[in-house]
Amino acid sequence: MHKLSTIKTTASSRDQTRADLLFRGFTALCAIGLILIVVGIFIELLMNSWPAIKKFGLSFLVSQKWNPVPGIEEFGALSSIFGTLATTAIAMLIATPMSLVIAIFLVELAPPRMAGIVGGAIELLAAVPSIIYGMWGLFVFAPFMQDHIQPFLGEVIGGPLFEGPPMGIGILTAGIILALMILPFITAVARDVFLMIPNVVKEASHGMGATTWEVTYKVVWPYCIHGIVGALFLGLGRAIGETMAITFVIGNDHSISASVFSAGTSIASTLANEFTEASEPIYLSALFELGLVLFGLTVVFQIVAQLWLRRLRKSTGGRA
Amino acid sequence: MKRMLCVMSILSVSGLMSLTAWAEPTSLTGAGATFPYPIYSQWAYKYEKLTGVKLNYQSIGSGGGIAQIKAGTVDFGASDAPLDVKELEESGLIQFPMVIGGVVPVINVPGIDPGKLVLSGELLADIYLGKIKKWNDNAIVAMNADLKLPNKAITVVRRADGSGTTFLFTSYLGKVSKQWREKIGVGKAVAWPVGVGGKGNEGVASYVQKISGSIGYVEFAYALQNKMAHVQMKNKAGKIVAPGIRTFQAAAANAQWDKTPGYAVVLTDQPGEQSWPIAGASFILIHKKQLNGEKAGAMLKFFDWCYKHGSEMAEKLDFVAIPANVVAMVEKTWKTEVKANDNPVWP
Repeated sequence: MHKLSTIKTTASSRDQTRADLLFRGFTALCAIGLILIVVGIFIELLMNSWPAIKKFGLSFLVSQKWNPVPGIEEFGALSSIFGTLATTAIAMLIATPMSLVIAIFLVELAPPRMAGIVGGAIELLAAVPSIIYGMWGLFVFAPFMQDHIQPFLGEVIGGPLFEGPPMGIGILTAGIILALMILPFITAVARDVFLMIPNVVKEASHGMGATTWEVTYKVVWPYCIHGIVGALFLGLGRAIGETMAITFVIGNDHSISASVFSAGTSIASTLANEFTEASEPIYLSALFELGLVLFGLTVVFQIVAQLWLRRLRKSTGGRA
Repeated sequence: MKRMLCVMSILSVSGLMSLTAWAEPTSLTGAGATFPYPIYSQWAYKYEKLTGVKLNYQSIGSGGGIAQIKAGTVDFGASDAPLDVKELEESGLIQFPMVIGGVVPVINVPGIDPGKLVLSGELLADIYLGKIKKWNDNAIVAMNADLKLPNKAITVVRRADGSGTTFLFTSYLGKVSKQWREKIGVGKAVAWPVGVGGKGNEGVASYVQKISGSIGYVEFAYALQNKMAHVQMKNKAGKIVAPGIRTFQAAAANAQWDKTPGYAVVLTDQPGEQSWPIAGASFILIHKKQLNGEKAGAMLKFFDWCYKHGSEMAEKLDFVAIPANVVAMVEKTWKTEVKANDNPVWP
């Protein structure tokens, strides 16, 4: 009897090692496949954009010209890069504080039932397709911007940042729509991060007489900063490549202006607009190079995020 | 937007149908211009009911249509801008006009009723060049003495995506304004000096409706459906004309089809007292050498049916049919040019 059971165990453990090996191999294969796809995309983009790279060189990155007329084509990505960065910056400026405040409210302050309802609404918002935001932005939000927010900003604050006729659409509107789109993402992740703090820690600090603000700022915050930065970069990643919603409201003009009221264009919206009818080879190639630039931007942001996280980890003593 | 959804749903349905279509006796595939899509799909629907021949047209844009017919993945391509003869020769294609439509400038100016404002080509070019910045500019007032034009900034709206509509519009501006011709040029997309860009006709239409003091251009059917305020234009003959089927027809009738190789006629700034200055044909592209004679015959039969029985349907959708004398020319071209195994496909 005793003998039999030993044999059984060895057999099953042998099975287990084999299963483990298989599983490990399979997961490794998937992971390597992912790397291959990324590298493949990069190579494909590079190959297709080669004619444009050869023709325009570095001037592609610093030129503001975008002229697709056959025979006198001249392409530069600066206006698209500017629009992408400007809208993303506005979106992050708005979405970061708002989403963190909402997440803190949900975790620390809201009554449980309300937290459940608001939390569900946030997850629902995160699932809304971006074209819906675009349509809402154009048909509902842009007129509101034109009638109320833009005249207010132009009259009360003014200056070169808020100059020009209120058209309703433009860089600012696109940035605000983007903020609304990434808000639920950041909030949802930040809430989960806050929820992961052991209650004992919080209870202990409350027990020592700390106020909610003190607990949030001195206990919760250092504990979560790592996860929060991750949440922010998730939002940033979505904002930088967002296409349809931006295309609807940014105004699609290849120009750079100091005023956030003016129309601009982003890399993704330029691609969405111009790909279908780009029949000239050099035009198509320039669009591919724009895609390559977007790819590069994403990689740069990823690296920055990783470096930042590493520094944070050091400064918080490995707690985060 | 409704139309976009409709197009998308039709595309997805037709995509499903094409999966099952291999079992059908004859089914034709085409791809290209979005501008004539409404009428092509109407014709295809009616024709299938009559004959059982299925047509699957994907409105993916002229650029895509040209690429697909060159690659031979579809039976015919469709383009709003004609290909030049050299490109046709190189890729072994012939092209012929299928239907005619018009482009109209639309405005949103407080206090100006639809169809009241009159513009000339030069004025339109100066507005799109950014030289005329206010609605009460002397040049506009001079042509519209009876209107009360406001002291309001002009916001120029144009297409953000490449499009045949833009090709016709810039072709017209290039013909009437030297500065436009030299500084900007003609194309499906150009380097616009001023303004904001909307995606598709619906994008331009909604920008014009939303932005007070704006001017844009859309295809005629779109202006009608959205009840937008169009303008009247002073044509080449110096007469003031309103957009409509009659004035588009006049533009087509006065064009010199027989003297233009590849039927590459662009119907902008045409002579004739009644001619609307911004009209244009949409073109079909097919291979001269057909692999399957039977299928090619069925395809030409469909086009022939559209020419001869499709004009009423076209007018309902605010398109204009090709004049009969041009149809005769086109069918003669079929006879001499389109061949399968060296035998003419069209009897």
